[in-house]
Amino acid sequence: MKAPPFDYHRPASLRDALLLLKQPDARILAGGQSLVPMLNFRLLAPQHLVDLSQIDQLQTCVITSEKIRIGAMKSQRELENSAELARVAPIFPEAIRQIGHRQTRNRGTIGGSLCHLDPSAELPTLALLHDAIFEIASTEGVRHASAQDFILGAMNPALEEGEILTHVEMPVWRPGHGFAFLEHARRAGDFALASAGILVAVDSDGRIARLAICIGGLGDRPIRLAAAESELIGAMPGKDMFDRAAAHIAALPAEGSIHASAAYKRRIAETLLKRALETACARAAHMVSVA
Amino acid sequence: MMKQISINVNGVTHTRSVEPRVSLGDFLRHEIGLTGTHFGCEHGVCGACTILVNGVSMRSCLMFAVQADGCKVETVEGLSHAGAPLHPLQQAFRDQHALQCGFCTPGMLMTLIELLSETNNPTEEEVRDAISGNICRCTGYQPIVEAAMQAAKAMREEKV
Repeated sequence: MKAPPFDYHRPASLRDALLLLKQPDARILAGGQSLVPMLNFRLLAPQHLVDLSQIDQLQTCVITSEKIRIGAMKSQRELENSAELARVAPIFPEAIRQIGHRQTRNRGTIGGSLCHLDPSAELPTLALLHDAIFEIASTEGVRHASAQDFILGAMNPALEEGEILTHVEMPVWRPGHGFAFLEHARRAGDFALASAGILVAVDSDGRIARLAICIGGLGDRPIRLAAAESELIGAMPGKDMFDRAAAHIAALPAEGSIHASAAYKRRIAETLLKRALETACARAAHMVSVA
Repeated sequence: MMKQISINVNGVTHTRSVEPRVSLGDFLRHEIGLTGTHFGCEHGVCGACTILVNGVSMRSCLMFAVQADGCKVETVEGLSHAGAPLHPLQQAFRDQHALQCGFCTPGMLMTLIELLSETNNPTEEEVRDAISGNICRCTGYQPIVEAAMQAAKAMREEKV
């Protein structure tokens, strides 16, 4: 249960980090809350670890009423406790509080979670829910990828060798939007069997004007319920609408494990989705117009 | 390749050459000789190895000592000294019988120290949430929660 030998590098600039990453068999060390257990289990034995913790550029955070842009090395706990973030995107603290435990959130980073891509992880689900844009640096320059294109599967980010995720940018929904993030795990802090994230805006009649639904934990990656989102525009929140949304879960790919069969995970996802929709719609203030 | 690092542990700076693969917890136990920090699972699940790094709780099995170069580390040994009275939280653990075998206790204490530094008036629910990442197989948790509530009360009164 001890990590295999490696060389350790702690660059102070992104440029140095990108150069160090060109060494053979080099890996990025962010918060280490998933990587270090894998090292301790000897599932991985990289020759070089490049620690990004001293690169100021990766800690920057810009939060406005239109968008949030978060540096990859921001700790989950800083985001959980950010009053600014809670004001414009209150789903963040609600979801982040459900990640692991306070000791791992203190050290775990947003970028680390988005690149590790555990299928039940909260942050990839939030990123997909918000149509996030991933900003990726290499020695060649900077490129951008959508959450759909970046999240390829379990532990499979669309990163080429030598690339570093530097920031993630997400548009923010207008004030008054409803939100909810629910998940179910066998014990507090365990990997969720299923999760549901909702963003919703309602019009002046109380009907659904805009809706985003993302389900995590079922298959190898979080998934948007695009068909349900468009079908329910104009619907009135209520049991009928919640049932119609939940009917879409049956078509989603799901993988069973010794803890829960695929069918059981879908049942949990249906229940979470209905509860999350009810909460999100109740939280949504009526709006005259929706951009 | 060995790296030279300096870490301030409970107010004393220690400079050592270490292999990068040495965890911070092993560094504390084997290099510094502070065996109060316990290793249970060594993959971040049990919470026994919780310490404070720059005032923030972390799992010392999920961090390499080289990553703590230049940091201020606090362990259970820093809570009170031989001959001096126990820290109010330690006293509360004793009063409430919040331990039997004691293996999880250092991690429980350091986690609760962080919580009590954030609020001196936590709810029982907040206490339970804070220690949700610390596994105890003896107590059933109830005495630990009661000890945290007693310590919070004692620390509030101490401040007045």
